[in-house]
Amino acid sequence: MSIANETSVKQEPAVELQGITRRFGDAPVLDGISLTIPKGELFGLLGPSGSGKTTLIKLITGIDRANAGTVHMLGVPMPRLSMLQAFGYMAQSDALYQELTGRQNLEFFGAMFGLKRQRLKERILSVAETVQLSEHLNKQTSAYSGGMKRRLSLAIAMLHEPELLILDEPTVGIDPVLRQSIWSELFALTKRGVTIIITTHVMDEAEKCDRLGLIRDGKLIAVDTPAEIVRKAGCGTIEEAFIALGRMGGEAS
Amino acid sequence: MRVQALAIRIIRQFLRDKRTLALLFLAPLFVLSLMKLVFDGQSVSPALGVVDLPAAAVDRLEQLNADIIEYGNRESAEEAMRSGELDGLLQWNGAVPELLLEGSDPGVNKAVLLLLQNALQAGSPGMPPNVSYLHGGPDMASFDSFGPVLIGFFSFFFVFLLAGVSFLRERTSGTLERLLATPVRRSEIVVGYLAGFGLFTLLQASLIAWFSVDVLQLYMAGSIGYMLIINLLLSLTALTLGTLLSSFASTEFQIIQFIPIVIVPQAFFSGLFNLDAMHPWLQKLSYVMPLYYGADAMRGIMIRGEEWSSFQSNVYVLIGFSLLFALLNVLALGKHRSM
Repeated sequence: MSIANETSVKQEPAVELQGITRRFGDAPVLDGISLTIPKGELFGLLGPSGSGKTTLIKLITGIDRANAGTVHMLGVPMPRLSMLQAFGYMAQSDALYQELTGRQNLEFFGAMFGLKRQRLKERILSVAETVQLSEHLNKQTSAYSGGMKRRLSLAIAMLHEPELLILDEPTVGIDPVLRQSIWSELFALTKRGVTIIITTHVMDEAEKCDRLGLIRDGKLIAVDTPAEIVRKAGCGTIEEAFIALGRMGGEAS
Repeated sequence: MRVQALAIRIIRQFLRDKRTLALLFLAPLFVLSLMKLVFDGQSVSPALGVVDLPAAAVDRLEQLNADIIEYGNRESAEEAMRSGELDGLLQWNGAVPELLLEGSDPGVNKAVLLLLQNALQAGSPGMPPNVSYLHGGPDMASFDSFGPVLIGFFSFFFVFLLAGVSFLRERTSGTLERLLATPVRRSEIVVGYLAGFGLFTLLQASLIAWFSVDVLQLYMAGSIGYMLIINLLLSLTALTLGTLLSSFASTEFQIIQFIPIVIVPQAFFSGLFNLDAMHPWLQKLSYVMPLYYGADAMRGIMIRGEEWSSFQSNVYVLIGFSLLFALLNVLALGKHRSM
């Protein structure tokens, strides 16, 4: 592996999960999940609420620790503090300092990622442009609408140009036009080699992912391209496929 | 109907929150017991040093439940008083008794005067004693004696609340999680909090010091610079303790619940009340309370005009408390991120 490393850097998966199990108390929230996500992929996690999506995401970032199994990121075993530099993480809650302005929020988290003054300035302008908040940067965040908060949260996640972007329901409360522009930005990022893991409830968003992982009751019941998932399930849409595969109880994985 | 539903909902919420229930029922008992211990302990027997006193007079004083310590000369007796061993010093100067009072606590002053009065009445009518004071004076009000303690107490109290609530907010708003998803070290978070709050606590300490000395005209014998140092250290201790305890609270309300558990006992043991009346082993509880050290130093500086060498040990203890709480804070953050 180490000898081949030089030539196979490109093939080193962005994320590699092996036999992940996470229990809260006695109840398993995640049960034996193995998954490999190559670099530059836009990977969608789909599942009903309470299925363990967010827990899985926390395990990938290293915020939470698995009871069993291993997580590797870019070949490095997790959790590791230095690897957090490679992540951009947007949680389900907006996690903003309400008392601060949009710019101050960006400046704070930029500083946490060690961005220096000039570059920080450039990056703030750039991400604000992407999420269309440039004009609102000097407003206090508490005065933002729900959608604006979500966008600022996304901007913070992209601020330090992470290699891996993990987005937990990023487009909730964002209107369709802006959602479109956010998605085209996400596509542009993956073209540059950024890996994106996204959880979503929105089925037409799921179809835009390179591959989908369907989670149900803490088990990964299917991992495939959207088209392949629909075909295997013998249904017309992702939504139907999701319901059908759920009923089969994980045979497809 | 709606009222009933509301009532039921509230009762259910209460029953879910065992800690709030415990607060509601146990905390008052706890505070009342403390007050009982403080006010209703053994009776105070003032420590009285005597020089050249007739044996008959010593006997009479001892019958009145005073701790009498005889000294060969006045110098050694005054030395003992300065180190805090004596509340009063009685010397027979010809026919007139001369009384020197330590003076820091008006309550103790009164007790000594009363004792002497009783002793003199029991014997020959004699002359009333000449009274002088080592610290303070006859016009020192109770508040002059309480004041330094209250200054420490309120700095401590408000910084504790503020720090606790703001660190809790960090958790409930999800920003702590986001913060912990960046490569920041846990220790950096704790130190950052100390630095950010440190600025405000410095301002607060200065404001309180200025207000109490210049506006409230509290008796002030020592250096205001020393007073600031002590106040600042107390605030830092409160800050680290507040953020530490906020790890064990999940709502603002639960932070409030720490007040009777953490703050009120410290008030009792900080010197607001004379603990000489308390059982000796209970008095030792004050050694684990940061406010005790802060208030003790504050009183020393303001009333007795103490210099650095007299209160430096209190400074070190407060720094120690701050460091300990900060360290525990770093460990407690491990609950949220293992690295």
